[in-house]
Amino acid sequence: MSATTATAAVNASAAVLDVRSVSMNFGGLRALNEVDLQVRQGEIVALIGPNGAGKTTFFNCITGIYVPTEGEVRVTPRDGRTVTVNGMKASEVTTLGMSRTFQNIRLFPTMSVLENVMIGRHCRTRAGILGALLRDPRTRAEEQRIVEESYELLKSVNLHQHYQDQARNLPYGAQRRLEIARALATNPFLLCLDEPAAGMNPQETLELKELVLEIRERHELSVLLIEHDMSMVMSLSDRIYVMEYGSKIAEGTPEEVSRNPRVIKAYLGEESHA
Amino acid sequence: MDWQYFWELFFGGLTRGSIYALIALGYTMVYGIIELINFAHGEVYMLGAFTALIVAGALGIYGFPAVAILIIAAAVAVIYCAAYGVTLEKIAYKPLRDAPRLSPLISAIGMSIFLQNYVILAQTSDFMPFPNLVPQPEFLEPIAHIMGASEVLIIVTSAIAMAALTLFIKYTRMGKAMRATAQNRKMAMLLGIDADKVISLTFVIGSSLAAVGGVLIASHVGQVNFAIGFIAGIKAFTAAVLGGIGSIPGAMLGGLVLGWCESFATGYISSDYEDALAFGLLVLILIFRPSGILGKAKTQKV
Amino acid sequence: MQGLKKSILVSLWFMFLTFPLMVIRIDSLNGTIDWRWENMLGMGAGIFVLSFVWRFMLARKEAGRAAAAGGAMSARGAWFERLRSDPKAAVPAMALIFAVFLALPWVFSTYQTNIMISALLYVMLGLGLNIVVGLSGQLVLGYVAFYAVGAYAYAILNSNFGLGFWAVLPIGGAMAALFGILLGFPVLRLRGDYLAIVTLGFGEIIRLVLENWSSFSQGPSGIANIERPGLFGMQLSVNEATTYIYYLILAAVIVTIVAVTRLKNSRIGRAWQALREDEIACQAMGIDITTTKLTAFALGACWAGFAGVIFAAKTTFINPASFTFLESAMVLAMVVLGGMGSVIGVSVGALVLILLPEYLRAFSEYRMLIFGATMVLMMVFRPQGLVSPGRTKYNVPGADGVGADAARPAAGGNA
Ligand SMILES: Nc1ncnc2c1ncn2[C@@H]1O[C@H](COP(=O)(O)OP(=O)(O)O)[C@@H](O)[C@H]1O
Ligand SMILES: [Mg+2]
Repeated sequence: MSATTATAAVNASAAVLDVRSVSMNFGGLRALNEVDLQVRQGEIVALIGPNGAGKTTFFNCITGIYVPTEGEVRVTPRDGRTVTVNGMKASEVTTLGMSRTFQNIRLFPTMSVLENVMIGRHCRTRAGILGALLRDPRTRAEEQRIVEESYELLKSVNLHQHYQDQARNLPYGAQRRLEIARALATNPFLLCLDEPAAGMNPQETLELKELVLEIRERHELSVLLIEHDMSMVMSLSDRIYVMEYGSKIAEGTPEEVSRNPRVIKAYLGEESHA
Repeated sequence: MDWQYFWELFFGGLTRGSIYALIALGYTMVYGIIELINFAHGEVYMLGAFTALIVAGALGIYGFPAVAILIIAAAVAVIYCAAYGVTLEKIAYKPLRDAPRLSPLISAIGMSIFLQNYVILAQTSDFMPFPNLVPQPEFLEPIAHIMGASEVLIIVTSAIAMAALTLFIKYTRMGKAMRATAQNRKMAMLLGIDADKVISLTFVIGSSLAAVGGVLIASHVGQVNFAIGFIAGIKAFTAAVLGGIGSIPGAMLGGLVLGWCESFATGYISSDYEDALAFGLLVLILIFRPSGILGKAKTQKV
Repeated sequence: MQGLKKSILVSLWFMFLTFPLMVIRIDSLNGTIDWRWENMLGMGAGIFVLSFVWRFMLARKEAGRAAAAGGAMSARGAWFERLRSDPKAAVPAMALIFAVFLALPWVFSTYQTNIMISALLYVMLGLGLNIVVGLSGQLVLGYVAFYAVGAYAYAILNSNFGLGFWAVLPIGGAMAALFGILLGFPVLRLRGDYLAIVTLGFGEIIRLVLENWSSFSQGPSGIANIERPGLFGMQLSVNEATTYIYYLILAAVIVTIVAVTRLKNSRIGRAWQALREDEIACQAMGIDITTTKLTAFALGACWAGFAGVIFAAKTTFINPASFTFLESAMVLAMVVLGGMGSVIGVSVGALVLILLPEYLRAFSEYRMLIFGATMVLMMVFRPQGLVSPGRTKYNVPGADGVGADAARPAAGGNA
């Protein structure tokens, strides 16, 4: 429990995400058991653990896809007020500024690459039915702004050449990057990435790492990351949380975590035969 | 309170409910295995009634005795419905296993319209009289004032069919394979279960039960036309949802509950909105308890 | 050889399957059986041929899918794409079509004009349903209920309060939209297939109420003597009125096409499409699916309401029999045939499905059979419909040089 005491001193008020003893039950299955987690402004935090540990469930609970059975999820968006988000709709959470990608890519497959990103701008724009029907100058200007901003984001993930293609025709790695661009389009203060490197080759993984660092600088946001690629997690994260069977078993800096005997047993043990 | 009237309604509801349950089983089993609302299932029931009608008519002309006609007509109807069910699946659903969810549903609606018009073109759009084949044995005399022999037949036959199905699902190898496939198709396939075979079997069983229902109701009501499947299908679907779609005991329970609701509502309130009642009930259940009476609420995995 | 054997087996199977219904006909009056063996032979031969076609089409679909995955565009339909995307070709084509439609009532008899009116009404209904089903992916099976709301709104307001067509047109649309929202609220949480059945039930309830609530709707006998739309108080003969209504519905269809196209290419329309593609991802991208679904419901219903008012004004008589489930299914078949989400496709689909049976008399008997078969075959072989939705063009500055043509091969190379 030494790792836990090390971070007990974390100043919670600086946290953009503050999760307190969140639990999630599916019928009889306890997929999350009183998990605590904080992400501070500008941090890259990794959440690791064997398959089935409950990491994705944790994402779903904090982003409003699931309503946690117990516990509290509080976020502090850029405007500085702190909001409790459990029970909120997923769309409201995203509008507050917490955005995510999915482990099993969930793009809008038959829409174009550009349109996928444009969807992300939805919650930051206003045009309604009347505007759509009348196409008044304001609506047209807003529409053009959406196009331009989305195209810029595509450039930043190096997909601008494919902007007219259907999303489903992109190669796997490109789809993952498109999901990131789409999430960025919602203008988040916290970006949650669920296994962004899964299925990527080492070269792509390396580029992804650069991309995450670059995004953090450019968009001044924090990142919460689920990832199995240990070299990426170790070199990228400021802090790491480790989960097993729905519970948090360790947390700390990459060095602290990699020295933790429980982690070595639970996680790295699995890694060696994975 | 008029008890005689009450019991009439009670057994009337039980009779209807048994038929709904027989059809509902087909919906629920197919839904359990491939998560599809087999919209054309009501049409299979209608085809069962029609096939039985034709067979009964032909045998009647050749002078067969009533009971023999009933049994042969029912057997032929069961065989044909099973065949229709499997063919339906092969044409309209199997090519769409990996398609978006709406595709098989639209295909099913198309099939339903197609089959209705197939019957109109091959036979007629008029009501056809169904011969009265159920004898009125003497030992039923004491209850004749509340229910006739055909009602007794419906209740007893449905009870036997449902008991047989329950035993089949519980104890046979194929039954276990069906349950496994319903729980997790991928896993079942990994364990060597032939999913195609299980799906075909599901259609065979569901359609056969619908055929039994079709024959029973035709001989009870005494007439058949191409459209009887639509309304019966919707009601049976309501029964399946009411009980909890995917759950076999749920379909039986849902059928009975719906039968009683209809019977008592039309008997004590008004028969103007008899058909609207089922729809209204369906809307209410889906809003307040979409998992039904016996179904379990599920969170969609993300 | 393998195929031949298969086809023979399939053909035998169908001869067996259709035997009782197709061959035997009981004449209960004379107590005789009419054995129609010729039907069995016809069935066998027909299925034999069809099974080859079926396998060929399946193989072609597989091949098409493989080609699409490789990023290639089929040559077939390329001319159509060019026509659609190149303004130099599209503008004259559209002008020509428009001119033809303008000239129709002067060329056609009143009878034929009436057929065109109902065809155009279905175009309007199809485009309205296209908003709900095609764009936002919500399968609504009781669409005709909203049509009924519009029609009865006009019939009742006209016969009881003497309100005219132009006054009721917006009222009918608004009432239908209100019903759309009322239906939408309770069914919002339902998954697609449940939604379909609930809306079907809703449609039937509306029809049953119209049939049974006689003091309100005059029951099954319906409402007669509904006023035709007025033209500045002029007294029009029946022929003139038909022509007038034709132009009215033509204008309504054009307005609909413009409106639906604009909606499709707007922020709201994109949200609808995202909802159709992936409801969870849509929520996670900050789109409130409640309002998004409700706007789709309301707008789709509103269009059916408009169409209903026009329908009542055209026929001057309505009864509940015009608003059965089959009507909803027909409109759905048009959307499916034309291509879900495609404005041109749905318009063409509606015209084809209404006009073909009218002009090919031999067809009319098989009309609903063909509708049903169309829905199945389209889903199996061409789920995107005859016309896949057009790509929206965006004005992307800095992307010149990597426009449509330059980007495609690049995509193909990587995919
Ligand atoms: N909607 C759900 N219903 C039932 N069980 C679920 C659901 N979502 C996740 N689970 C279960 O919760 C556990 C944790 O899953 P998950 O969060 O996906 O793990 P991870 O992302 O760490 O691999 C698993 O046992 C999984 O089967
Ligand atoms: Mg996961």
